Amino acid sequence: MANQQPTSGNPRVDIAYRKKKNAEEMRHQVITFALMIFLTLVAFAAVGYADFSGWFVVPFILLLAIVQVIFQLYYFMHMSHKGHENPQLFLFTGVLVGAVTILAFMTVIWW
Amino acid sequence: MSTYAQKKGFGATIWDYLTTVDHKKIAILYLIAGGIFFILGGLEAVFIRIQLAVPDNNFVTAGQYNEILTMHGTTMIFLAAMPLLFAFMNAIMPLQIGARDVAFPFLNSLGFWLFFFGGLFLNLSWFLDGAPDAGWTSYASLSLDSAGHGIDFYALGLQISGAGTLIGGINFLVTIINMRAPGMTYMRMPLFTWSTFVASALILFAFPPLTIGLFFLIFDRMFGSNFFDPTMGGNTILWEHLFWIFGHPEVYILILPAFGIFSEIFATFSRKRLFGYSSMVFATVLIGFLGFMVWAHHMFTTGMGPVANAIFAVATMAIAVPTGIKIFNWLFTMWGGSIKFTTPMLWAVAFIPSFVAGGVTGIMLATAAADYQYHDSYFVVAHFHYVIVGGVVFALLAGTHFYWPKMFGTMLNEFLGKITFWLFLIGFHLTFFIQHFLGLMGMPRRIFTFLKGQGLETGNMISTVGAIFMSIAVIVLLINIVITSVKNEKVGNDPWEDGRTLEWALPSPPPFYNFKQLPLVRGLDAYWIEKMEGKQGMTPAEPLGDIHMPNNSIIPVIMSIGLFIAAFGAMYHNEHSWGIPVLIGGMLITLLSMFFRSVKDDHGFHIHKEDLLEDEDKGGKA
Repeated sequence: MANQQPTSGNPRVDIAYRKKKNAEEMRHQVITFALMIFLTLVAFAAVGYADFSGWFVVPFILLLAIVQVIFQLYYFMHMSHKGHENPQLFLFTGVLVGAVTILAFMTVIWW
Repeated sequence: MSTYAQKKGFGATIWDYLTTVDHKKIAILYLIAGGIFFILGGLEAVFIRIQLAVPDNNFVTAGQYNEILTMHGTTMIFLAAMPLLFAFMNAIMPLQIGARDVAFPFLNSLGFWLFFFGGLFLNLSWFLDGAPDAGWTSYASLSLDSAGHGIDFYALGLQISGAGTLIGGINFLVTIINMRAPGMTYMRMPLFTWSTFVASALILFAFPPLTIGLFFLIFDRMFGSNFFDPTMGGNTILWEHLFWIFGHPEVYILILPAFGIFSEIFATFSRKRLFGYSSMVFATVLIGFLGFMVWAHHMFTTGMGPVANAIFAVATMAIAVPTGIKIFNWLFTMWGGSIKFTTPMLWAVAFIPSFVAGGVTGIMLATAAADYQYHDSYFVVAHFHYVIVGGVVFALLAGTHFYWPKMFGTMLNEFLGKITFWLFLIGFHLTFFIQHFLGLMGMPRRIFTFLKGQGLETGNMISTVGAIFMSIAVIVLLINIVITSVKNEKVGNDPWEDGRTLEWALPSPPPFYNFKQLPLVRGLDAYWIEKMEGKQGMTPAEPLGDIHMPNNSIIPVIMSIGLFIAAFGAMYHNEHSWGIPVLIGGMLITLLSMFFRSVKDDHGFHIHKEDLLEDEDKGGKA
């Protein structure tokens, strides 16, 4: 639409800033990527190591999974950036509603 | 592209509507399709009441009665009430927030055609060995046992139309989040837009459980799985949970937009700002949120145990609080207002006591211990008709009268409108009030006939007479529509003279680009503010410029037809060898048209500034 001004600004003006920002982004991505690989290896190790009981392994893997989801959302899908308030609102509402439903099934409803 | 309307042939008009991506035309499609299904569901209701008018009646057989009853519920909820609300959301919401269209016009069209072909598929069951007969809830223990293809039609048809609804809901969410005009903050959005927003969020969260449930049902019935078959290790109660996790939010998806329509009507015809706007918004969101926490109150007698029953009972009663906030806000909106009793206002005023009656019986039903008495009796039937007819249908009829000029540019006749109102109101209470007592006297729900001498004759007869009143009311409305359309007396921007929100700043019907220049919104009830300062219209927020518009497309129709064909393949593959090829062929049509849509760039077109300038005297100013 002709009447809408681009909101991101002129890319030539703040190229230095953007470069710095991108480099920072890249560093975060590499760090989280390495961390995620590491967490996956830990998860595999936990399952593979026979001495751990299931009561430890299952919650532990779930915890690792949650951490990975957060990494995924915030670093790879850029949810930490500005302008993601609505997706965050909807995501967390969905998680809350789903969690309450599962909680109800696990605590008060037995079939 | 000229903006001048040209005289078109009948075929060209049909093609225009098949390919349209304009939210106003899609709204008209929703209105027509939903209206036809509403009349169909209404006919089924009349058949039910004829059958139950006298004891030992044999107007229909027990089997046919089950089919009629199932199709009445399914049609009214999925194919009449929701599409009719979608019609108003499509027609009005983009205008209220000052947008030129919804965010995804193509998806809007796809959503409609999926709904339409799903509904068509479901209703074809009447001609192809029998309609579904397990009730609109289609509980698995019943529906897995149902012979013939009725339930297959239900599962496949609802799956297709459900996908359309989900697409529509997401589209509205994105539109409201992203396409509000300059100055239109969240807390300046008209309440109908707010309720559309919350209802769309409910659609987003509530339809996936239904999709899962329907897929389980499809696989159980057609592809040999055993999700719901306890003899094979499945769980028949699972369907009830999945259905009601969807089903309870579904009734709020219906009632919230209805509340939105009434909020607009109360403010307009009391000629006052809506009382307690922010508490109304808060209550709407809270109702939507709580709607997900109460599904098991439909299952008190399933044997979930006292703890679950108590918790869900309390959660259910909590919903009465935000609903009560709303009721009082509407009353206070009228208080001290200079009220004009137009047809929409009559519906709105009658809605309050009718809906409150339904709400009160809702609290009675929410009392788990007492519910063991009410469950599956006519008391429940009376309750949900009081909320759905007294709430949603009243709102749809009010909205039809209220928004008709904005959608079609003509005013429905007020005199006939008031006749419709009085006939329907009297008929409604005659039909359903007595059903509370029929239920308390022990008449079970979904029964196809009853015996003489049990004290049920008078009540059922009164109920049937009421249904006749309602039928006449709807016929009067149809006559009104025909007369109005034939006369075709065009009206101006603000035919009710008291319009408060942005849509009334536009011509009726608005030009296809809605706003020549996007308007500047300076507060709640944007148009009213400008009128009070003596201005003719809205202040534009941007200079006049080219407007980018989407191209029409036939692909949504083809995509939907593909799924429609695939559904036949899925249904008949167990008895006919052509089933699987047809299933694959249908899916291919859909997938290839999706592929085509993704690969081929469609950049739309521009309306040039010069063409807009020529249009000066034809309105369309922001």
